[in-house]
Parts: sequence; structure tokens; C-alpha cells
Amino acid sequence: MKFRTPLGKVRGLGAAHDGTGDFWIQRITSIASIPLTIFLIGSCLYLIGVDYNTARDYISSVFVAPVLILVIVVFIWHMYIGMKEILVDYVHSPTLKYTSLILNILYTTFLALISVYAILKLSFGG
Amino acid sequence: MGNDKIPVARPLSPHLQIYRMSMTFIMSGFHRATGFALYFGMLIPAVWLLAVASGADWYAFVNSWIATFPVRFVLFGYSWGLIHHMLGGIRHLIWDTGRGLDLASIEIFARATLIGSVSLTLAVWLAAFALGGLQL
Repeated sequence: MKFRTPLGKVRGLGAAHDGTGDFWIQRITSIASIPLTIFLIGSCLYLIGVDYNTARDYISSVFVAPVLILVIVVFIWHMYIGMKEILVDYVHSPTLKYTSLILNILYTTFLALISVYAILKLSFGG
Repeated sequence: MGNDKIPVARPLSPHLQIYRMSMTFIMSGFHRATGFALYFGMLIPAVWLLAVASGADWYAFVNSWIATFPVRFVLFGYSWGLIHHMLGGIRHLIWDTGRGLDLASIEIFARATLIGSVSLTLAVWLAAFALGGLQL
């Protein structure tokens, strides 16, 4: 039998200091996403109907490739936090909740990796 | 402490279905819904980038697939979702500074987000036909 209250257990340990971590990153990535979205839409407009070599040269250009990688990383980081937020809001069953939270980590990591890999391969793969 | 195990019918906090529909309510839902859809929509740029990285044949294959009507329809939805979520996000960033939280402003913001996202999406697609050489 334990007589300590939850408050008693944590008192004196101090704050975790990351309570607003997701909130903060979500704001940073959303600010960064504004110019990146405009860049992405502009790139799509440019890439409509172009032949293979033009598309390849565009993506692997020194000015485009790093920004495209930024689009991938910033968007997917933002997506990861957003989906986590939705899952903890609506999924209550512990099994489903933790399964979906794990799938969220795996999906976003895999998506970011393959996209960045494709850009790097075009840039350095010869 | 004797009646710990007797369940108490406590009042529940009101949820979605109890509120009257309003523009701000719908736009709040749209922001989350577009974010949710864009989560899966990110597969489109990933697949396209992989196709380019896989060579000219894959590039031609994926591009011919993108040109079909159903995929074009999905792309139209994706572009609207992206623009709508961006405008909704700008609205949230303004609110984060503590501005525009009065009733008159939030009503204007809600309408401006929707009108803005629809017009910008149409403008982008018109530009795609006019400048980008997109064909029907």
C-alpha cells in the first residue's frame, strides 16, 4: 500500500523543461513553411512538362537541392508533431494509441529518409 | 473514504456535436483536416523525387500517371489543402502574438482563409495552364 500522492512523488524534482517543446517546434516549422511552400509551388509550376534532364538538373542544382531538403525536413517534422497531437487527442485505447504513435514515427522517418536520399542521389550520384 | 468504488455520474464537458455550426468552428476543423490529409499527401513529392532519382523511364512512367484525371484531381486537392493550411497557419501565428482575437477579427479571418485559399489555388492552376504548359 502506497500512501504517497502523485503530487508528493514529483514535488521537488523540478520542471521537465520540455512541456512546450512541441508547441515551440510547431511554430518554428510553420514560420519556415511559409517561404518553403511558395518555393515548392513555384518549383512545381516550373517543372510541369519539362524533360527528364531539365528536371534532374533543376533538383540537383546547388541552389535548389538544399532548399528542397529543407522543405522535406521542415514539412515532415511539422507533420510528425501534428499527427502526434491528433492521435493523443482522439485515440484513447492504449494499444491503438501506442501502435499509431509508433507508426507515426516510422512513417515520417521513412518518408523523410527516402525523399532526402532521392535528392542527394540526384546531386551526388553522377 | 468508504464509497470509493461507487461510480459517480459526473457531468461531461460538451463536445463537438453540442455546438452550433459557425465559420470559425468549420475553419478550425478544416485546419486539422487539411493537416491530416497533407500528412499522407507528402507521399506524392516523395514518389515523384524517387522516380526522378530512378532514371528517365521511371520519370516518364510517373509523369504519365500524374497526367491522368484522377491523379490530377488529387493534386488539385493537395494544392488546395497546402495553401489552405498555410493561410490557416498564418492566422494562428497572428493569434500567437495576441492580436486579432476579438469576435469581429476571427470572423474576418475565418472567411479570408477560405476565400484566400480557393482563389490562390485557382490562380496557381491557371498559372500552370498559362505559363507552365499544363495541358488538358
